[in-house]
Amino acid sequence: MNGVKDCIPTLLGYISIGLAMGVVGVSSGLDIFAVFLMSLLVYAGSAQFIICAMIAAGSPIGAIVLTTFIVNLRHLLLSSALAPRFTQYSLLKNIGIGSLVTDESFGVAITKISKNIPITDRWMNGLNITAYTVWIISCTVGAYAGKWFPDPKTFGLDYALTAMFVALLILQLQTVQRTKLKHYLFLMAVMVVLMVLLSAIMSSSLAVIVATIITATIGVVTDNEHNN
Amino acid sequence: MSTTTEYLLLLVGCMLVTLIPRVLPFIVVRSFAVPKPVEKWLSYLPVCIFTGLIVENLITASNTGMQINWNVLLATIPTLLIAIWTKSLLTTVLVGVVLMALIRFFF
Repeated sequence: MNGVKDCIPTLLGYISIGLAMGVVGVSSGLDIFAVFLMSLLVYAGSAQFIICAMIAAGSPIGAIVLTTFIVNLRHLLLSSALAPRFTQYSLLKNIGIGSLVTDESFGVAITKISKNIPITDRWMNGLNITAYTVWIISCTVGAYAGKWFPDPKTFGLDYALTAMFVALLILQLQTVQRTKLKHYLFLMAVMVVLMVLLSAIMSSSLAVIVATIITATIGVVTDNEHNN
Repeated sequence: MSTTTEYLLLLVGCMLVTLIPRVLPFIVVRSFAVPKPVEKWLSYLPVCIFTGLIVENLITASNTGMQINWNVLLATIPTLLIAIWTKSLLTTVLVGVVLMALIRFFF
């Protein structure tokens, strides 16, 4: 139940983005059941928006699946950081936990881990399943409301996701040792520069992945120099 | 589009390409211990990814070059300060959304 409780601060993000997702889904020509099914099966915020946009644009299935793959490839990095914490549980439990990892549930979990608070499979499932359920409901309600709802952007709801990333970043930095803060700020600056450069030559979601891989590597290399 | 076979096929495809990156590390990591440098590398991921995701929302790349989303930048600076000040996920998201709505209303 503690996992459910720890999920609450992120729920506003899921609800507002889910409602927006439902509205966008309906305006892209999907019916309510189709929106529900997408949230149930795909369960990925930014990818679902892109899928809707591509459906509306009449893109072929192959192109939509490939784009979804690129957008969601960062989960490989999120899951890699979480997975070592759950090795004592069964394979089935690990698959269950892994299949519901999101940016937000990762953020909440890794913040706990960074503070050296032990986390269990039950806690993680509470966190994941709460988010998953709220997401599906929000998307479906959004689709229902879609006909009367004006552009969700008017209410700033689309910004909930960015605001959540800002908060998760700050919470993450809070767990960093004081002596290492400078190093982290340097790496963030590297990330910003790489993002600007890479976005010019590749899709922005691919840029996030490539820039992260490069910057984390720079982090390991420069950290060793500090130790010597 | 209603729920046609074609749509179901699309969803199953998207589900698989989303599920595989999510689950794969949880299966792979069981068969061997994570070496120290890799562990260190993984510890840098959260800060990098969140910074990347924020920047992704701040810029739009087009054929004519890079553009800064001024509205988003204008909302992000006070949101960042609120996050540092309150250290609360919920407060930050609430204030951020209200700020964005106000910015869109006035500009």
